[in-house]
Amino acid sequence: MIPASLHTYLVASVALFAIGLLGVLIRRNTLVVFMCLELMLVASTLALVAFSRFNGTLDGNVFVFFILTVAAAEVAVGLALIVALFRRRQTVQIDALNSLKN
Amino acid sequence: MNLPSLLFSGFLILTLVSALGVVLNRNAVNAAMCLLLCLVGVAGLFVALDAYLLAFLLLLVYAGAIVALFLFIVMLLDARGDARPSLHRLPLAARVVAGLLVLAGVASFLLRGRLPSPEVAALPAAGAALKPYAYQLFTTYLLPVQILGFLLLIAMIGVIVLSRKFVPIEEGS
Repeated sequence: MIPASLHTYLVASVALFAIGLLGVLIRRNTLVVFMCLELMLVASTLALVAFSRFNGTLDGNVFVFFILTVAAAEVAVGLALIVALFRRRQTVQIDALNSLKN
Repeated sequence: MNLPSLLFSGFLILTLVSALGVVLNRNAVNAAMCLLLCLVGVAGLFVALDAYLLAFLLLLVYAGAIVALFLFIVMLLDARGDARPSLHRLPLAARVVAGLLVLAGVASFLLRGRLPSPEVAALPAAGAALKPYAYQLFTTYLLPVQILGFLLLIAMIGVIVLSRKFVPIEEGS
């Protein structure tokens, strides 16, 4: 049985997305910013699964399957970029990474 | 209040509280651990939606692989404790606009966003069994599966290229 309505699931998804966005905006550590991006991605998958379940279809679930795969690839490449950046600049703080500014 | 609703509320609170923990924790390792807890909560919410395979995959891929990768990188970079996260560095206009937008969105969602909630008991739980997934993945979504395979290959090669040390090739050798 489904213990909650579609509305509840969407509110949960929006709340999770908003928390992730807040983290992206206020954190200064690139790694933590990246974790918050993952939170936003997970929030979107929650909405997709909820819509799929409440429509009685499978398409949203399959899409989430693909999103999980792409997220794995994305995290691998992103962390490799962060490591390369750290090798070059010896920091992962966002404020120090401003060489493209001006 | 019956058991499923109780479990749902528990997982929902776990998800949101540990998501806040990711955002507000100063230590990157603690943030990664909070991310792990948050993913466990989301997997519980997936189970409540009858998406058992996705809950399992979320735990396996995210909690098993991605959070472990994050922890490895935190260990590798020896990331010091972050400065206390603060709003002071955001420009004032950005803060005001973001706050108003969030307020307007939440208000309209709560006041007028009553979606028609269908009678779920009548709907088939399409994501509960494994067979429909396999059928869909190997018929309708065969091309995306192939493309994803190539994407993973490209990501793997990219990571290898990115993470090796570049040694300038000497002249004449």
